[in-house]
Order: sequence, then structure tokens, then C-alpha cells
Amino acid sequence: MGVKRWLDAWPVYRQLTGTDPLGRGKAAQSARSAALTPRTDTADRVADSVCPFCAVGCAQRVYVKDEKVVQIEGNPDSPISRGRLCPKGSASKQLVTGPQREHKVRYRPPYATEWQDLDLDTAVDMVVDRVLDARRKGWQDTDESGRKLRRTMGIASLGGATLDNEENYLIKKLFTALGALQVENQARI
Amino acid sequence: MGSNMAEAHPVGFQWVMEAKARGARVIHIDPRFTRTSALADQHVTLRAGTDIAFLGGVIHHILSHDLDFREYVRAYTNASFLLSEDFRDTEDLDGLFSGYDPHTASYDSSSWAYESVQQEEGRPGDREKEHSAPFKHGASGPAVAGGAGEIACDPDLEHPRCVFQVLKRHFSRYTPEMVERICGVPQEAFLEVCRAWTANSGRERTTALVYSVGWTQHSVGAQYIRAGAIVQLLLGNIGRPGGGIYALRGHASIQGSTDIPTLYNLLPGYLPMPDVTHDGLAAYLESVAPRHEKGFWGHADAYTVSLLKEYWGEAATAENDYCFDHMPRINGDHGTYRTVMDMVEGDKVFGYFVLGQNPAVGSAHGRLQRLGMANLDWVVVRDLTMIESATFWKDAPEIETGEIVTERCRTEVFFFPAASHVEKSGTFTQTQRMLQWRDQAVEPPGDARSELWFFYHLGRKLKERLAGSTDERDRPLLDLAWDYRVEGDEPDAADVLRRINGVDLTTGRAVDGYTELKADGSTACGCWIYSGVYADEVNQARRRKPRFEQGPYDAEWGWTWPLNRRVLYNRASADPEGRPWSERKALVWWDEDKGEWTGHDIPDFEKDKPPSYRPPEGASGPEGLRGDDAFIMMSDGKAWLFAPSGLLDGPLPTHYEPHESPARNLLYGQQGSPVRKVYGRADNPSNPSPPEAHGEVFPYVFTASRLTEHHTAGGMSRQLPYLSELQPELTVEVSPELAAERGLVHLDWAHVITSRSAVDARVLVTDRMAPLRVDGRTVHQVWMPYHWGHTGLVSGDVVNDLIGVVADPNVLIQESKVLTCDVRPGRRPRGPALLEYVREYRERAGITPRTGTRIATAGDDPGPPHMEPGPPEESP
Repeated sequence: MGVKRWLDAWPVYRQLTGTDPLGRGKAAQSARSAALTPRTDTADRVADSVCPFCAVGCAQRVYVKDEKVVQIEGNPDSPISRGRLCPKGSASKQLVTGPQREHKVRYRPPYATEWQDLDLDTAVDMVVDRVLDARRKGWQDTDESGRKLRRTMGIASLGGATLDNEENYLIKKLFTALGALQVENQARI
Repeated sequence: MGSNMAEAHPVGFQWVMEAKARGARVIHIDPRFTRTSALADQHVTLRAGTDIAFLGGVIHHILSHDLDFREYVRAYTNASFLLSEDFRDTEDLDGLFSGYDPHTASYDSSSWAYESVQQEEGRPGDREKEHSAPFKHGASGPAVAGGAGEIACDPDLEHPRCVFQVLKRHFSRYTPEMVERICGVPQEAFLEVCRAWTANSGRERTTALVYSVGWTQHSVGAQYIRAGAIVQLLLGNIGRPGGGIYALRGHASIQGSTDIPTLYNLLPGYLPMPDVTHDGLAAYLESVAPRHEKGFWGHADAYTVSLLKEYWGEAATAENDYCFDHMPRINGDHGTYRTVMDMVEGDKVFGYFVLGQNPAVGSAHGRLQRLGMANLDWVVVRDLTMIESATFWKDAPEIETGEIVTERCRTEVFFFPAASHVEKSGTFTQTQRMLQWRDQAVEPPGDARSELWFFYHLGRKLKERLAGSTDERDRPLLDLAWDYRVEGDEPDAADVLRRINGVDLTTGRAVDGYTELKADGSTACGCWIYSGVYADEVNQARRRKPRFEQGPYDAEWGWTWPLNRRVLYNRASADPEGRPWSERKALVWWDEDKGEWTGHDIPDFEKDKPPSYRPPEGASGPEGLRGDDAFIMMSDGKAWLFAPSGLLDGPLPTHYEPHESPARNLLYGQQGSPVRKVYGRADNPSNPSPPEAHGEVFPYVFTASRLTEHHTAGGMSRQLPYLSELQPELTVEVSPELAAERGLVHLDWAHVITSRSAVDARVLVTDRMAPLRVDGRTVHQVWMPYHWGHTGLVSGDVVNDLIGVVADPNVLIQESKVLTCDVRPGRRPRGPALLEYVREYRERAGITPRTGTRIATAGDDPGPPHMEPGPPEESP
């Protein structure tokens, strides 16, 4: 190894003599780090998204490779966020890909001490049965003066502030048609 | 005020810092010194729950020194309108307005009307209070019958009954001395704020006001915001660049879930839910939009009929009132807290959907929430992770106290994994009313599905199950238009958004905006204020033109309701003649040559209506708006300093002490809001406040809020390693003085106690929590973040267990930003001993279910305690 190569392998020398006096770029690179490429370079595609936490609405870019999310970053094009994300927004990849995510329907029968497995379609069918039953048990045609109520007090719902507008629309529409009006969300909390 | 923006909306706060870098002065007024205060030019510590006294002081300062922007005030507000001779102010009635009924704890607001718009009959407010009726003013002003007619006024603002003079008198005792005594803010600090605010407002300059839930979660929350609005109107800061009031909301689409509401008292676009008095479409429309009013709310018939057409499609015809009678009717308080109390009582509510929300941790009075869920037939929880609201039957804190026993808990629980924000397409509406579309990046894993999938298929299966039914009650479901486009088995969110936008049924094309909607059944539209988001058959919310390629208002990024206007009421940025108030603050203006409004933003005004336009005799609706009526959604075209209708707790903000307060109201005999919604019941006790005795048992002021590193009830953050590492533990912040008084040691355990419960936390001794001098004595405040629960990588007690349920009557939002408490060193008792410990506290404070329910403390007739039906004296 020549003296020049030997010296060039020494980061402090590169820092003092090169174009990186603060030692935060090339001067600090090893052969391994020089060969690294960002995950975003090798992504198959990028989806435009929006941070799901607070209401500022920071734009996100979601990088996908092999049908898996490999990175989520702020989108610099956004006039709202200019590419920035806070600690929560920066942790969105963990939110989306972490082991805390439940992937299976879980079912707890009355009085049971543990969860059980349940098939998704069966679970939805069971909810259909229960919605009709609760609706019937809480049904009110009229009030005490005979005025029309046409509703059920047997079903309640809470949630919406974390959901999409389109989802809230279907939720309100369906419950209204069922006569269920105790539909609420975080906006009242 | 009422916002820790740097902490709770950090990326939005970059714009405050940008403004500061360009010379703006940043003032933070908040009980605690926070990350926001650290970056502000001035921080003012005030006692939690006294913001109206502070803002009333600012209003007094403006009016007593003639610092208002008089031309703006005269042109665009109702300052000159004369009030009825029957009106009596809080100055006359010791803190009450005219029309108060102590028996229903509500106002008959008929005496608050304009002189020339006399009410023909009484307007009792007890029904509206139960309906949280004022919530419907999210997109428009309240009704003033005859608002389109000439309203008696005094343009010189000198008549003793004109709004301007009434306002002056109402706040005449909100002096700097009084602000100091009530809020604990030294006079010099207060006057510094007044000087900065007024000096930076007017023709050439504007000031912006930011608030968050620090203002809304109060028994007088709506009036906090009214007080801020009055200041901003007097100073000419509404509808102008750099001005305005920024309501920073807390969830990705909480604005959207109010616009397209999952709320009991609203339909999409702030149309009210029908109630029992609406025996047909005509009666409903008459109450929603009385005739002879000005403004765009005058077309509510078109918005309503178009919604009914979207709901019930072909089945909705002119002959059957467009299926108006398919709607269920409200007749009382059906809010989330009322519903949870009904769950606890049993045999009223049987099933509960919990959708991306975690009430066991995130709603006030967590214990009530969990006991309610444990007393149902079934609960459906849809979330990303296993949250406390899904596991209450096996690991709620009540398991430890013996109040819930797994083997005896009958609730059947379904947990459905939800799709994340990158696994579905759709729009969020962010805090400035902007809809932004998200593209789906990947398929959801396993059984995870979107809410769109779940509710679409639930609806489809319900319709199949009931097919052929002849039962009248099934008709609305069978008639329901549920024919959204489906790809694979996933409904197409873009198709739903297009139907929300609205469709011209004669051509099949998406409409371009709400002005195209008709009341004759020829258009269908799911939410009139979102109409335009699919203009030209293009998903406008999906636009992503980079900020580098467009101007400061970035009109081609996303889409903002209404009609992509970024600054509401921006007509007020120009003077009555249509010229910008100043070149420096130009936003929109009248172009005489082209005969249209133009500018940097899209004008929030009819494009071709000249400033000189005067409506013909008898005109109403949009036609009734003059060319200088900038507030086009108000029924009289003016911004309201005084609210002649629409609010249940008074036409002007008034300082009332919080429901739980260490102090007597220094301004009036009336202690707290005389209209606040109390739920007097054994399982919802209140700490005593003056004039009740024994407040000293809970001597400290308690407030709670967020950290940057966690999100609300923690379901999206306590499970993530990065965030859990950044904020691993629940803390309680106390001042060094309070630590000395109670023997609290930094980083040791302490517990906080109210009449509801006690919770453990690590002590954080910090001078961020400064003791205050309030009317000659020291008041300590304590603060807690509220993100913890018993699941996740980091766990802790549920801070919401400390909080009882008492609410603002206008919107039924609970007062969780201020209460009283005690703090003691060491950990709380566990198991059944906790219940005994809290019971002893209640006993020492003499608390019964009646405590706090006798809410009228001024006037001759205190009225009854406002108790819930049922045995009143059973112990909690």
C-alpha cells in the first residue's frame, strides 16, 4: 500500500485536506458505507400518501419493493409540510409494518377467558345477525306523544377522526338507514 | 392560546417559525411553559380555565382606547345593529343574561334579538341543549328570521342599544387589575400582549390567532372561541392574509369526520339531523333555513334534497318527500357520554362499534367507558393493534378492583384488524379544510380490511338478509342506494368521493360545485360543502403540483372546501368598495374593467357581484347579499360581535369559572356557566367548587395534554419502539414549590387524585409549572400527558380516569382541560383498596351525587339540582 493510499484511508487526513472539513460526508465514509444505496433507490414504486397522525396533513411518499413497504418519507413538494415529518410521522413505517399489527380476526365469546380464531366472512355474518338483533331490541317507532322516531337505540358507534371521508360517509349513511343514530366520534371529545 | 403547537402540530409550527424569522412576534399564552413557549418571544402563564377573562380584558383594552379597526368593524360586523329593549346583560343580572330558566338550566333567547327582528314567540333552549344544536353552525351562521331585511342600526355606533355599545358595557369591568386577579397574569405582561396585538393589526398589518383543544375542552369552550373571534373582528383580522383564527385539530381527518359527520346530531355538510318536530321535508327546511335570510344557506333545500337523492336514489321522489321520512329522528342528547351512561345502566344499548378509537383510554371518565362496554351484548373493535377497548374483559383496571370479572363478563367481542393508511385509498381533510387523496401503496395483510370494505359489505349483507321484507322499518335499508363501484371486493373510494361531490342525474356528469345543486331531485350530492372536489370529473383532492411550481396559495395542491377557497370570507380583505385595505395586505379585489373579483386566492364571493350591488326589495338567499356583505354564510351578511341566536349560553362570552375551580368568580354572583351540561349521578361525582364547601380537599388545578412522541390514546404510538423509547413513562409535572409543599421527589412516584379515581405517575419537578398569584393567594397547577394505558411497549395508568363528565351545552364536549385534584407522594393503593381510598376522599370533601349540580348561583331562584333520573343518593 502506497503512502498516499494509506493516508487517504485515514478519515482525519481526508477531513483536513479534502472538501469535507466538518467530517460529515465523504471524509467519514468507509468502503462499505460508500457502497451503500438508500432503500428509496431500489423501490419498485412510490405511492403518494398523507401522514395518519395529527391534522396538519404532511405529505408522505411510500416506497414499495416486492409488494412491501420499505420506507416512508416526507414529500418535499408539499406546500404544507415541505418534506418534513415529526417523530410520529417518521415512525409511520413501524406503524404500518411492525409486529404489533394484528392480521387475524379475533373473537371472544361471552364469559370466555381467551381469544379464539374466527374466519373473516363468518365474523361479518355474525355481526350482521347481532346488528339486526340489537336493532330490533332497541327499536322505537314513536315517542310518548306519538311523534315519529323511526329509530333504534340498541346500536352505538364511536370513531371516524382517523378514518377517510369516504369511510365516514358510508358509516353515517348505513347507520342512518338502519335507524341507528348514536353515531359519534372524537370530534365531540 | 390553548395550543402547544410546537408539540402537538410540530410540522405546522414551521410556519410560525418562518414568520418569526421574517420579523413576526410570537406570543404564547398557556398555563404551562412548553416547547411552544420556548420558541416564542413572550410566554404568559395564566390559570387554566380563565381565557375568557383574559380575552375580555383585551376587548376592554381595545374598546376603551379606541383601538379597533373602525372602518372594518362598521362595514363587516353587526356592531351598528340595535338590540331589542328586552335584552338584559350579565352586568344587569349578576352574571346571567335575560331569559334564564334555572329549572331547565337553559335560556329563552328571544330577548337577544335585533330590535327590528322581534321574535314572535319564546325560544326556549332546553331542547336545543339536548340536541347540541349549535354544532350545526360548522359551515354557516345561525338563523335570524328576516336577516335579509333592513336591520335598524346606528352607523355612528353610539346608540346605547347598538351592539358596539353593548359590547363595551359588557366587558367594562374586565380591567387589567381584574385580569391579574382572575388569571394570575401580572398587569404589565397582560398589557404587553394588548399592545403587541393591537399595534400589529389594522390596515397595514394583521395578527393570526391559534387555538387547539386547550380551548374546546371546557364547559364554556364555544365561548372561548367567540371571545377570540371578537378580538380578531374588532382588529380587522378575519378574511385577510396573515390574519384569521386557526383551529388546530388533532387527528388526520377529524375535520373530515365533522364535515361528513359521524356525529349524532348532524348530516353531511352541517345539515342538522331531523328531530321529532320535523314531520316532513317542508317543516325541516323551514327550520333549517327560514325564508327572508341572506346568504348561501338559503339554498339548504337544494343541499338537503340532493343528499336524500344520494342516500335513496331512485326511491327518492318529489311525491314521497325524497324519502325524508326514512330518516330516524333525534329528540334529546344522544352524545357519546349519554350513550355510555346508558350502557352502564343496561338494557338500552346492546351493541357498540369502536372504529379506530380507544374510549377505554381516550375518552373522559375511562372507568365509565370500560364498565359500559363490559355491560353490552357485543362490541366490534376495528383497529390496527390490540387496544385497551378490545381487551377490557381480561385486563381492564377494573379486573384488579373486582368490578369486572372475566368469567362473569357477558360482552361478546369481535376484533377486526384494520387496513393502515397506506393500504387503502381515500381522502383525509386536514385542519385547514384541505382534502388530500392518498394512493394505495400495498394490499392490507391477512384479514385486515378498510372501513370502506367493512361497511360496504356489512350493508350489502344486511340488504341481502332483509330482501323481501315487508316490514316498514326495513324500507330505508332496502331502498338505500348502495351501488358503488367495486374492484375485486374492495369498493372504489374514488367513486364514493365522486358521489359525495355530486352528480347531475340528467347528464350523469359530476357537478362542478354546490351552486349547481337543485332542489327538484335532478341532482344527487353526498355533502354539499365538498361539491367541487370532483369538478370536471377529476379527483381534485389528488392534485400534487409541487409548491416550487405555483404561488403562495398553492391552489393546485389538494382541494379545500368550499370551492377550493383557501381563506374564508376573503372578501373582507378588500374595503367595502372592493379595494384592498392596503397594497401590503392585498388578497382579493374587484377588477372594475373585467367586472369580476380576482386576486391571489379564489374569491369567497360571487365572482361577478360588484361592491355597489344592492339587493332588490324582498330578495333573500345569495341574491339578498349586498356587494359589501363579506360574510356570505351569515344570515345577515355580517360577522357577529354579538350573537342574537345560535348559542345556548349567551350572546356574548362571559367569564365563568370552570365546573371544578379553586376560586370564586370575582366578576359575578354566577360562579360557573349557568347552562353547562351536568350529569349528576353517583358514578360521575364532581369535586366541590365555591360556593360549595371543602374545595380544599382538591386544592390544585389540573390540566392535561399531548406529547409530540405519542398520539392521543396511544394505540398508534405506544406500540412503536421508536416512540416508546422517546417517551417511556407517564409523568406529572409540578413546580418546585408544590413539590416542597407535598414532599414530591423528582423521578419518584406520586399519584394524582380526584373524586373519580387516582393514577400513578413519575414526578417531574420543573419550573415550567409556575405557581400563580390569584386574588392574593397562591394557586398551583399540575399537568399530565394522557397517552398511557395498560397495553403496548410502554404502559401506565389512564389519566382520563381522573376526569368526570360535564360538558359545554352548545356542542356537548367535555371539560377535560381543567379540573381540581390532589397530589400525594408514592403510589396509589391497588385493587379494591383503590376504591376505598377514593371513597374516603369523597367523604372528606362531603361529595354526594348532588355536588356541582346546583349550577345557578346568581338570582333569587337557584333552581333544583340537575340530577340524572334514578336513585339520587346511592354512593358511587
